[in-house]
Amino acid sequence: MTSTITVHKLHKSYGSVRAVDDVSFEVAEGEFFGILGPNGAGKTTTLELIEGLREPDKGTIHTLGLTPWPRNKALLPRIGVQLQATSFFERLTAREQLQTWGSLYGTSKGRADEMLELVGLADKAGTRTEDLSGGQAQRLSLACSLIHDPELVFLDEPTAALDPQARRNLWDLLRTINKQGRTVILTTHYMDEAELLCDRVAIMDHGKILANDAPATLVRNLDARVHISLPHGTLPENLELPGIENTTDDGLTVTLTTAEPAPVLTILAEHHALAGIGVKGATLEDVFLELTGREYRA
Amino acid sequence: MNQTTPTGGAWAKFVSLSRAAMLGFVREKTALFFGLLFPLMFLVLFGGIFKDVGGSKPDVLQIGNASILSQSADAREVLDITKSSDKADALEKVRKGDYDAAIEQRGDTLIVHYSAADAVKANTVQGIVQSVIGIENQKATGQEPKYSLSSEKVEDESISTIQYMTPGLLGWAISMSATFGAALTLVTWRQKKTLRRLRLAPVGATPIIASRVGITMGIALVQTALFIGVGLLPYFGLTLTDYWWMAFPLVLAGSLAFMSIGLVAGSWAKSQETASAIANLVILPMAFLSGSFFPLDNAPEWLQTVSTILPLTHLVTGMQDVMVRGERPSAIVLPLVILLGFTALMTFIASRVFRWDDV
Ligand SMILES: Nc1ncnc2c1ncn2[C@@H]1O[C@H](COP(=O)(O)OP(=O)(O)OP(=O)(O)O)[C@@H](O)[C@H]1O
Ligand SMILES: [Mg+2]
Repeated sequence: MTSTITVHKLHKSYGSVRAVDDVSFEVAEGEFFGILGPNGAGKTTTLELIEGLREPDKGTIHTLGLTPWPRNKALLPRIGVQLQATSFFERLTAREQLQTWGSLYGTSKGRADEMLELVGLADKAGTRTEDLSGGQAQRLSLACSLIHDPELVFLDEPTAALDPQARRNLWDLLRTINKQGRTVILTTHYMDEAELLCDRVAIMDHGKILANDAPATLVRNLDARVHISLPHGTLPENLELPGIENTTDDGLTVTLTTAEPAPVLTILAEHHALAGIGVKGATLEDVFLELTGREYRA
Repeated sequence: MNQTTPTGGAWAKFVSLSRAAMLGFVREKTALFFGLLFPLMFLVLFGGIFKDVGGSKPDVLQIGNASILSQSADAREVLDITKSSDKADALEKVRKGDYDAAIEQRGDTLIVHYSAADAVKANTVQGIVQSVIGIENQKATGQEPKYSLSSEKVEDESISTIQYMTPGLLGWAISMSATFGAALTLVTWRQKKTLRRLRLAPVGATPIIASRVGITMGIALVQTALFIGVGLLPYFGLTLTDYWWMAFPLVLAGSLAFMSIGLVAGSWAKSQETASAIANLVILPMAFLSGSFFPLDNAPEWLQTVSTILPLTHLVTGMQDVMVRGERPSAIVLPLVILLGFTALMTFIASRVFRWDDV
């Protein structure tokens, strides 16, 4: 596999803020790569450096084998970018929007309708972008970034501010795009999204990459904790449960955290306390907690 | 993976961006109103209100052969005289207000028929006829008249209201839409990251800037056509002089100059509110000080000096010179040079304060 993106010891500061602090990683061709982190982690800055929108203070970047900064016209037709904001021309309809962006890449006019079809907006072709719902605008923005059939796609929080249903629809679309052979780089706040979509995830905080691996590997390598939840009041009094590291009770649910779930579950079964029980394995949230010592707050 | 031509097709990109800009403009009702209708409303209002002040001579009908009147050169100079042979018809026309008075001679007596509806005009006509009789009496005595009547209206020396207002308000209209258009587009594009997104597309600055310049000039030309069209309506009575079309280069240079002001405002301002405020702060005082609304002939010396450094002054006076004052085409050279020089200066400043981002 060849490397689509190579980032080596990248630094970018805004005044005293170290937005990107000694970041190195590679993305392979065809990979679905995620950058996960809370607000201000440096995700957008990292993407903008790789796209060539900003000049790095230090470090090297190779995007599709090219140096993105200064503005590299050989690179631009090969990458598709969806910025964090939906950047449209004012007062154009969805179709006109696609036609205009497409014309900048020299695509044919019919391509606009194909893209509308792809993102499920064919019935909104004549609607002004200002009148689209948040989710529809996000999808149109995605379509604009794919109009020229790029081999590498950057998506900066494409599912932010979408309702759960719209998010799931967009996930399907993103998987399709990746399956068609495109390398996709996505940033997100959402642990579940990164876990579900990405082949590999870089967890970022305060400008640094704390971990970078397949989500399953990250979770496995963690001294994994399991959360057992029971409805409040169903736990028998004075029950001795082995290996419980933490117990929380929010008045509705009691959550027990343990590294060894089997004996705990056996004892609960013996006491007929399995009604309404929930067992949840470790997630990237636990990885984040482990790495930073903080609860993950998107 | 794709067959795009990243470097070629600059023309196609320009055309497509221009189309987008045009659609964006015509679909915004406020911009349409403030750019096209609002200034035109001023023209209609001012043109209408000051229509009669503008030095039109009283229109009188001369019934039959009123020799005292037809002999008097003085009378012809200050009255617009139309001959009529039908007295009843003439009186009817005065009654309807088509004419200010009808004058008839019976023997040695001049009779002025007027309508009480417009007492001011009637008085004027009577006054004039009175003095004409005085002069003719004097002549009849065979003596050289010691005093003579020379009635001079100030407006005849300069130009009448509609003549003055059309280029003035047009200049103001162009300055407003060019400045606001550039400033607001720049701020919006920065806020919505359209600027950054464009930077990621394989398109040079030229087609993007050219499309914005194109739409701005297009709007200015539409404004010019509307203003001249409305002014030429018989009701307003605009009269264009020979080289009126030399106003077009000025209109184009003017829209460039004000676009460049908008670029400075839009580069500097972070929000649309600030951008509009700056644009207003610059354009409104400039409109007053440049003589777009009224002549500055009676303004203090220092104000007139200030006026000469304003680009709008040069746009407006340049347009007045060729459109209504009958100046030769060479009259636009100096204004044109000043406007283009101003554009270069402002564009340079804009490039210095330009930012891709808000933060
Ligand atoms: N143009 C800028 N000027 C100054 N500081 C900036 C600029 N852009 C980002 N920063 C700062 O750099 C840090 C990283 O910002 P960045 O936008 O990369 O974070 P992010 O991970 O994308 O956050 P979010 O999830 O909120 O989008 C933040 O502290 C931010 O305040
Ligand atoms: Mg971001």
